[in-house]
Formats: sequence, structure tokens, C-alpha cells
Amino acid sequence: MRFVDEYRNGPDAQKFLHAIQELVTQPWTLMEICGGQTHTLIRSGIDKLLPPQVTLVHGPGCPVCVTPLEMIDRAIAIARRPEVIMTSFGDMLRVPGSSIDLLGVKAAGADVRMVYSPLDAVKLAQKHPDRQVVFFAVGFETTAPGNAMAVWQAQQLGLPNFSILCSHVLAPPAMEAILGSADSQVQGFLAAGHVCAVMGYWEYEPIAERYRTPIIVTGFEPLDLLHGIYMTLKALEEGRWGVENQYARAVTRAGNQPAQRLLSQVFQVVDRPWRGIGLIPNSGYRLRPEFAAFDAELRFDLGDIHVEESPLCIAGQIMQGLKKPLDCAAFGVLCTPERPLGAPMVSSEGTCAAYYQFARRVE
Amino acid sequence: MCLGVPGKVLEVYNDALEIAMGRISFGGIVKEVCLAYTPDAQVGEYVIVHAGFAISVVDEQEAMEVFSMLEQMEDLAELEIPQPA
Ligand code: SF4
Repeated sequence: MRFVDEYRNGPDAQKFLHAIQELVTQPWTLMEICGGQTHTLIRSGIDKLLPPQVTLVHGPGCPVCVTPLEMIDRAIAIARRPEVIMTSFGDMLRVPGSSIDLLGVKAAGADVRMVYSPLDAVKLAQKHPDRQVVFFAVGFETTAPGNAMAVWQAQQLGLPNFSILCSHVLAPPAMEAILGSADSQVQGFLAAGHVCAVMGYWEYEPIAERYRTPIIVTGFEPLDLLHGIYMTLKALEEGRWGVENQYARAVTRAGNQPAQRLLSQVFQVVDRPWRGIGLIPNSGYRLRPEFAAFDAELRFDLGDIHVEESPLCIAGQIMQGLKKPLDCAAFGVLCTPERPLGAPMVSSEGTCAAYYQFARRVE
Repeated sequence: MCLGVPGKVLEVYNDALEIAMGRISFGGIVKEVCLAYTPDAQVGEYVIVHAGFAISVVDEQEAMEVFSMLEQMEDLAELEIPQPA
């Protein structure tokens, strides 16, 4: 496939690996934010091919993994109502809440459906005027424009039976939280290319400056990742910091203006709790008051939902780059993709699932 | 859900709400995608699509950059190889 296959070319990857070997003179720790990038790195074995001085730690960029357990329980409580059709992306349906996942609720008779686009949920609401259609809107800046459009469309159509359960998170505040933490070992960042395709990368410039850290906007194919790692290491070796753009074929500094316009029309920035990490100031979206009619949390009375995480799970430390899945005593023993204890084992973008799937065991 | 996939624009049209939509081919699999965020996307161009929405048009010239850079790196590497006397 065009713009995919040529970025998976083995000989070109070798050239990058060679250049990286020539470049590195001392130990460096880099973090990729995005779970999709984590997956590619582990699947292609790039983390093992890099010189031993280079450590890759994996960031909190898996939307499923950072969605609080309470939110999943809320989605489940809504899905159980007889008038509701609950919709979401496929990977969200498998994430266990405190007792069951959405697919389990579906098996017990609830109407839960997987959609490809949030606009499909709007169409469902048009088709079923007697039902309440709820879209479980999770994700980073990448999925937010689609969800904003769905809400905007529902408003234009005057749909009284469409709402979203909104749990959106934003990448830059999480990166800043990681860099600002006293234990942080991260010296350079690969920023998520698709987040930047929407938001641009100007937001990262003050962060790179404040923490004197190179932040390289990086794409998702193996060659993109090797190129991004090379650029980050080059900046580190030369004592430079600042933002650079590896993924220029899809990302500009300003980002996607029409998307940003609708985002700021529909959403406002709020503090959000991140599963495993805790509250991060100004790190997510909620619907603006003008769109409150489409907020599922306001539409359905859910009461107070509070739950405890498994005490064994160290997902929070993994997502902040302090530990790796193999440091978790439950990994592969008590916690597997079939019986996950924590969210990073559930989602295909989760770090623990990537390690498990590509057979990383304690050596 | 966060992974974007590049696809080729086959057709551009407006839906009932006057929102730009398109038929996009992903290596032969064709899907309907919202183009409201890439209003300049032309038939024949490639867009990066996320969960039913195109979020950027692929800049073909930039796409070639990495390969010309690799070629240069290779030329430099060859220069460094000591020539047999
Ligand atoms: S292996 Fe399971 S229990 Fe351990 S950190 Fe990962 S998700 Fe949590």
C-alpha cells in the first residue's frame, strides 16, 4: 500500500540502525508517547536492535489504557438501560470495568454496538428515534475532531436521542507531567505524529524549552520511528533541544485549522483523571455548556461510581516510563490478554499487551 | 483507534448536511470518509484517515525526503570507507 510499504523497507531500516550506532556515545532514555508507536517498536523488534545505550520507555498514549475505570463503569451502567443503544470503537468494548466489560453486558442482553466512525452513531440515532444512542467518546486529539463533528451534526439535525460519554485526553499536558516528575528519566520524546496532524506542534515548543528536551514529531511506520529516534539522539548528542518534525508528510506546525476550530467550538479544556496516573491539570476535553444537551453524564442519572484498581497492577508506573511490563509480578501469570488485570493488557495499543503478544518474557 | 491509515481519494461529494465526504481506497478496500477537515483534498491525492475522518493530506514531496536523506547518508558512509591502496 502506498505510503505504508515503502516505510517498512528492511535495507533502509538497516541504514538507520547503522547511523544510530555511529552516533551514540553515551546512554540515553527516550519515550514514545503513542501506543501505536509502542506496538510497532515491539512488533518490529526495533527496541532490541538499537545500541544497548539507548533505552526506550513507553508512554501513556493508549486512550483505552488511560480511561478511568469509573468511566467504563459509567458506560456499563448506561448500556444496561433498556432504552439505550451503546456505541463505541471496538477496543473500548473489551475493557473490563470493575466487574464486567461492555461485551459482557451485551451478552447479557444489552444493545451494545461497535461503530467505525462516530458519525455512524449519529446515523443510528436518526434511524431509531425511539431509542437513546450513546457514543463512548474516548481518545486523544486524533479522535476528538470526529467526535466534535458527531455532536455538531446531532445539534444541526436537532437529534434529541444522541449523546456522548466524553473522556477525552490531551497529549502535551501528560508529557509535561512526565517531564516535571522528580523521578523522570526521559531525556527525549517522540511526539505522536497523528496528534500533531490535528493540533500542530507549536504547543510542544514551550515544553521543549522549559525542560530543555528534544521533542521529535514522529510517524508510525518502522522507518518513521527509526528516523525519529535518530533525530532525537542526534539532538541529544549535540546538546540541542527543541521541536523537530520527522513526519512532515502529514504534519505542519499549525496543524489542521478546520479541525481545531470545531474542537474549540464544541469542547472545553478541563482537568482529567488518567487511569494509573491520577489527575493531570488541563489534560482533557468536556463538552461546552452550549452542547450540554448531548452530554450522556448529564442525561442519565448515574449516581456516584467509585471503584478500586487491582493492587498488583503497576500500569501507572509503566505509563510514566518508570517501569516496564516485565517488572510487574502479575505479567503473563495473573495478567494476560484473556484475563487482564489492568488496561494496558487489554487494548491492542497497550504496552503490556504488546510485550505479551510479541513474546517478551523474562530472560 | 488512534492509528491513521493513508488512503487514496477516489471521489468527493457533499452529504445531506453539506458536509464534505469522500470515497477513499485503502489498498483496494473502499470506505466512506468525512473530508470536512481536509477541504482541499483532491481526487487522486492521499489522505490520512482516523476513525472515519481525514485529518491531513499527504504531502508527496515531503514523503520523498526521508529516502533522499537515506541516500545521502549512504553516500557519506561510502566516502568514509578507506580505499584499498
Ligand atoms: S501486566 Fe497487567 S497487572 Fe501488570 S502492569 Fe500490565 S496490565 Fe497491570
